[in-house]
Amino acid sequence: MNIAVLTKQVPDLVEGVEIDSTGKAVDPDSIRYILSESDDHALEEAVLLKERTPARVEMFSLDTGEVRDTLCMALAKGADRVVLIRTGLETLPSNHTVAKIFASVLQGLSFDLILTGVRAIDDLDGSLGGLLAGYLNLPYVGLVRKVEMADGTSMAIVQKEYPGGYAAELEVKLPAVLGIQAAEQPPRYVPVSRLRQVMKTAKVEEKETTAPEPETVAVERMFKPEEGMGATMFSGTPEEIASQIVGLFSERRLVR
Amino acid sequence: MGKDIWVVAEHFQGHLNDITLELVAKGRELAQAAEAKLAVVLLGSKVKGLASELAADVVYLVDRPEFREFTPEAYCAALEAALKDAQPRAVLMGSTSVGLDLLSMLSARIACPCLDNCTRLEVRDGRLFATSQIYGGKLFVEVAVPEATTLIAVIPGSFPRPEASAAGRPEVQDIPLPATLPELRIKFRKLIEPPPGDVDITQVPVLVAVGRGIQNPDNLPMAEKLAEVLGGAVCASRPVIDQGWLPLTRQVGKSGMTVKPKLYLAFGISGAPEHWEGMKNSELIVAVNTDPKAPIFGGAHYGAVTDALELIPLLTEEARKASMKKAS
Ligand SMILES: Cc1cc2nc3c(=O)[nH]c(=O)nc-3n(C[C@H](O)[C@H](O)[C@H](O)COP(=O)(O)OP(=O)(O)OC[C@H]3O[C@@H](n4cnc5c(N)ncnc54)[C@H](O)[C@@H]3O)c2cc1C
Repeated sequence: MNIAVLTKQVPDLVEGVEIDSTGKAVDPDSIRYILSESDDHALEEAVLLKERTPARVEMFSLDTGEVRDTLCMALAKGADRVVLIRTGLETLPSNHTVAKIFASVLQGLSFDLILTGVRAIDDLDGSLGGLLAGYLNLPYVGLVRKVEMADGTSMAIVQKEYPGGYAAELEVKLPAVLGIQAAEQPPRYVPVSRLRQVMKTAKVEEKETTAPEPETVAVERMFKPEEGMGATMFSGTPEEIASQIVGLFSERRLVR
Repeated sequence: MGKDIWVVAEHFQGHLNDITLELVAKGRELAQAAEAKLAVVLLGSKVKGLASELAADVVYLVDRPEFREFTPEAYCAALEAALKDAQPRAVLMGSTSVGLDLLSMLSARIACPCLDNCTRLEVRDGRLFATSQIYGGKLFVEVAVPEATTLIAVIPGSFPRPEASAAGRPEVQDIPLPATLPELRIKFRKLIEPPPGDVDITQVPVLVAVGRGIQNPDNLPMAEKLAEVLGGAVCASRPVIDQGWLPLTRQVGKSGMTVKPKLYLAFGISGAPEHWEGMKNSELIVAVNTDPKAPIFGGAHYGAVTDALELIPLLTEEARKASMKKAS
C-alpha cells in the first residue's frame, strides 16, 4: 500500500505574528515556520498504518520555511521517502494554489491513501484535503481520528468526529484523500540524537514545479483583537492575583 | 450571477442544529438587504417536516434513503447539482464537521471561491464583507466577498440564534437528482456514541479548564484539587485530550462539549476559535495565561497574565480559606 502525506509549514504562534505595513498581509519577517499541527498527526497516522499493514509512506512538503529539518524528522519517524517541492514562491500561497500544486505533483503517481492535516491555522480559503480531492475527483473525509484498512488495500474504515464526542464510522473506497484531525496516538517523539543520526544520511529529494496562477481572495484589512480587549485584568504578585480572583468569586457567590 | 443567499442545513437525530438557525437568521438579513430570496438546502431522509422550521423563502429538498446520514460525497454531489444552474450570491454553511468537508470539495468541484472561519458578515455600500479568524484567533482578516458565487463557512455561535417562533412557510422544491446516484465510494456504517464519562461537564456549575499550558499530566491533580474546593470539575482543551491526559468526555469545543457553567476558569488555554465556540456562553469567564496577547483575553470577563502552575495552588488555598470563613 502506498500512502502520501502532504504537509505545509505554518507560522509558529508561540513566536507571535505581525501585520505588515500594507495592513493586508502578515509580515514575513515576523514569522518562524513550523510543521502544521494536524499535518504532524497525519504523518503519525500514516506511520501507525505502516506498522500494522505493509505500506510505503512518502511525505511531500512545500518549500516555505525550514522544511529540511521537518522532512528529516519524518524519515526518523518512519517515512520511506521525503520530497521537498520547490515552488519558487516566497510566501505560502492560498490553499487553492497549494492544492493545485499538490495535484500536479501527484499526477501520474499511484497512491492508495493521501493523508493531510484537516486544517491549518492559516487556512482562509478552505482546507487542502477537500480542495485536492475535488480537483482529483477522489472521495474525501475530513476530521478523521482513526483509519483502518479493510479488504486488503481497497477500502479504509475511518472515524469522523462530530460534536459532543460522537463520531461516524465510514467506509471509504480507495484511493481517497483523508483530512486527519488527530492520530490514534500523539505524534511520536524522536530524540535529538536519533534525528542527528538520520540527518547524516538523509536523502531529501527535490521536485521543481511551476506555481499555477495564484488564486486568492482580496483581503481588505488584517487586524488583531485588541490586547486584553474585553477582559478586566488582575495584576500584582501571584498571591495578590489569587486573592483578587477569590474576592471576585465571593462577590459572585461562587464560594461554597 | 444571482443575488440570492443560500444556507446548507445541518441536522442531527431529527433536529436542526443551532448553526442552521443562526445562518438562516443571518441569511434573511443579507437577502433582505439585497432584495433577494433566502433558500435553504435540506438534505436527508424523512426530513421534509423540518422545512416548516426554516424561515426561508424556498427550501431545496433531497429526501432519499441514501441521504439519511451525512457522507461528504453524496451531499457534495447533490449540492453540486443544485448549484450548477442557480448561481446564488453566497452559500452559507457551518464551519463544522459537515460544513468543512463540503466547503472545500464544492469549491474545487464548481470552481468558485470559498472562505472559512467566518465570524462576521455584513453589507456596506451594497457590498458584502466577511471577516474570518486565523492563526488560532490571533488575527482577523476582512475580505470583500468576491463577485462570483462564494461559499462561506461560519463558526457556530457567531450570530445570534433567533426565537423559536420565527419559522415561516417556505416553498419546498425537490432538487433534481438522477434516479440512481452514480456508485458512491463512501458509505456510512454506524454512529459511535461518546464513551460513558464519569462526570457530565455540561451539568457542572464550575469548570476548571486546563490547556496545553498545564504542560504535563503531573500538574492535573492540582487543577482537580481546585475544582474540588470550588465544587466543580476539570475539563480541557483538545491538546490535553489528544495527549490522553483526560478522557474525551472532558473536551470542550468544536469536537467536544458545549458548556455554560456559572464559572469557567481557563488555565493555559490560548482561546482558539474551536475552543471558544464551546464555552463562550459561560456566565463568568476568568482566564489565566502567560501570554498577554492570548486571544482568550479578548472574550474573557476577567484575566491575569501569570504562570498558571504557580497560581493554581495559591487560588486553591485562598478559596479554601474563603469557604471556611463563609462556613463559620
Ligand atoms: C476541526 C477542528 C476541531 C477542533 N476542536 C477542538 C475542540 O473541540 N476543543 C479544543 O479545545 N480545540 C479544538 N481544536 C483545536 C484548536 O484549534 C486549538 O489547537 C486548541 O484549542 C489549542 O488548545 P490550547 O489553547 O490548550 O493550546 P495552545 O493554543 O497551544 O495554547 C496554550 C496556551 O498556554 C499558555 N501557557 C503556556 N504555559 C503557561 C503557563 N505556565 N501558565 C499559563 N499559561 C501558559 C500559552 O501562552 C498559550 O496561550 C480543533 C481544531 C480543529 C481544526
